Amino acid sequence: MLERLRRPWPDHRAERTLGAVSLLVGVVVVAMIVFVTIRALPIFQHNGLGWLTGNGHVETQIAEMQATSVHPPPSAFHLSAWPLIYGTLITTVFAVAFGLVIAVLSSIFIVELASPRLRNIAIPVIRLLASVPSVIYGLIGILVLVPFVGNHLITAQQKTSVQNTIELTGAGLGVTVVILTIMITPIMVALTCEALASVPVSWREGAVALGLNPLRAVLAVTLRAVRPAIVAAAVLATARALGEAVMIQMVSGGRFFTPNLSHGISVFFYEPLRTLASSIVDYHEGIGAPALRAALYSFALLLLFSAFALSVGGYLIKLPLRKYQTRG
Amino acid sequence: MNAIAPNAPHAPRPAGKSGGVQRPGGRGRRSSPWSWRWSDRLVLACAWISGIGLCLIAGAIVVYMGYRGIQYLRPNLLFSRPSVSTDQGSSGGFLDPLLGTLLLTFIGIALALPLAVCSAVWIAEYGRPSWLARVVESSIEIVAGTPDIVIALFGLSIFQLGVFAPLSFTSEGGGVYGRSFVAAGAMMSLLAVPPIFAASREGLQSLPGHLREAAFALGKTRIATIRRVLLPAVRSNVATGVTLGVSRIIGSTAIVLLLLGETLRFDTEGGVPGVNLLRGTGSALTSYIYDNSPAGEGAAPQKAYAAAFVLLVFVLVLNLVVDRIGRSHANAMGATVAGGIV
Repeated sequence: MLERLRRPWPDHRAERTLGAVSLLVGVVVVAMIVFVTIRALPIFQHNGLGWLTGNGHVETQIAEMQATSVHPPPSAFHLSAWPLIYGTLITTVFAVAFGLVIAVLSSIFIVELASPRLRNIAIPVIRLLASVPSVIYGLIGILVLVPFVGNHLITAQQKTSVQNTIELTGAGLGVTVVILTIMITPIMVALTCEALASVPVSWREGAVALGLNPLRAVLAVTLRAVRPAIVAAAVLATARALGEAVMIQMVSGGRFFTPNLSHGISVFFYEPLRTLASSIVDYHEGIGAPALRAALYSFALLLLFSAFALSVGGYLIKLPLRKYQTRG
Repeated sequence: MNAIAPNAPHAPRPAGKSGGVQRPGGRGRRSSPWSWRWSDRLVLACAWISGIGLCLIAGAIVVYMGYRGIQYLRPNLLFSRPSVSTDQGSSGGFLDPLLGTLLLTFIGIALALPLAVCSAVWIAEYGRPSWLARVVESSIEIVAGTPDIVIALFGLSIFQLGVFAPLSFTSEGGGVYGRSFVAAGAMMSLLAVPPIFAASREGLQSLPGHLREAAFALGKTRIATIRRVLLPAVRSNVATGVTLGVSRIIGSTAIVLLLLGETLRFDTEGGVPGVNLLRGTGSALTSYIYDNSPAGEGAAPQKAYAAAFVLLVFVLVLNLVVDRIGRSHANAMGATVAGGIV
């Protein structure tokens, strides 16, 4: 047997073996979807799709899930997770919106404006920003930014204005969005830069010859040509922001609360929240309780589903934009 | 490559050697940014500010963590084992988490490397039937886009199955604990597969066709060509991918928190040396930082800073390695920049 394996392999067997190994990843993906769905099923059985809404009080519901033992009563499965979904949505939307603007501008800076020397510094530095582990961002957030915001930026008057609903400590939407933006911008910069650099120079020269100033030419021609890459970058960054768990758990304040714009725009950014992913980290120790486990797996299923929807959506958006095909 | 119209003599050039802002009234007819509309000048200023700002933020993080690291990192922290104590002076260092990170990295890469390289070879060199190749490619894309917290929960659900009971603790009632170094390492490998796959495939696809043709002309089979010619040629791409995979593994916190059991020290299971370590629980640098930050229960920020400094040094070194490989190998550049950050 060993002797047979040691001899040079015939091609068809090598092909089949390699193909089988490759398919393993596919098997893993299918298993992931199946397992997460099965574990999340009780929530769907008891709530239907109603758990996506905010009809109940999620804090007491989760507390009840934790309290029930191995055989939870059906009432323990009631869930209305809207505050978490809302928290996930606003952190992601703000971070991607800010990040996209910053990323496009800094890609223009890197590719078009910076001198080669500056570019050689900027690219590795921004790449480093992308590879800093999220727990380090969280650590800096919780030990530096949160106390700073809590002690210096939030005024006593702002604290008293909402003291009946929520306590403002500094940890909250604002800090979360700032750090999340810093985390996802480098990803977008990388993809956008590469696309910008691959646009033929002559296209922009043509625009300049027609009388546009160089910056306008970049905005009107180059940026237009790389729209598919920008969409791809935004999709990737959104996926990353949706799934960020540990950093958000550390700096978001960890309260079942929906930041409310009617409290005033600055207070809004100081209010704490919780996201789908961060509550998985918050409650993972109670995962032995079947009801809570089902809830956490349903959060995971929602995240998995959004990641799918994002990549399909990004693909569909990119289709009509591919008129000026450059690389990527 | 200075992108803006370097050859057109009358073209305005804001991007000269001195950078974007040019002195008005230089040689020839050049439009300086000062003569542009205010909105254009605003965009130009914003581009400069955001580009420089990002670099400054990165610099600030490194400098701040370096400062804290030098302030708090002592050699005995690195070489002493952690212990449970209410007094921070006697709760030890982070030798076990450090070794835990290394062990997880080793397991993760050992599983991910063959898987990813085989997939890349199959996709790039065989890839038939094409729908199956498409399935494999999209699966890897899905894995790449899945948040690590979801991967962690998935891992928990499989390793708690009875079949995998030998891989972790089993409690009195027959419940499988599902948390061990094998479990965490296996899920970590899913993080490392996408970058290794992307880098290897890119490398294989950028190899010139005559390499293969020459090997075939010498009578080599496809698989022999792959083994003797193609794989050695893409070694540096694979190395780039592995480095990126390692940096994803050492930075992942969620998987460690959920799948490693969060015991401060190595907690072995069973009697066989080596195997008991793999079946046992432990901690990694990321979970050590988390637990010692105000978010965890430890509340020892000095130790969190010290461990974070060590972790950041690892990341910096890995970045330098990627950079070095990328520079020494022009072909790998694409993989470095594109696959690099993702």
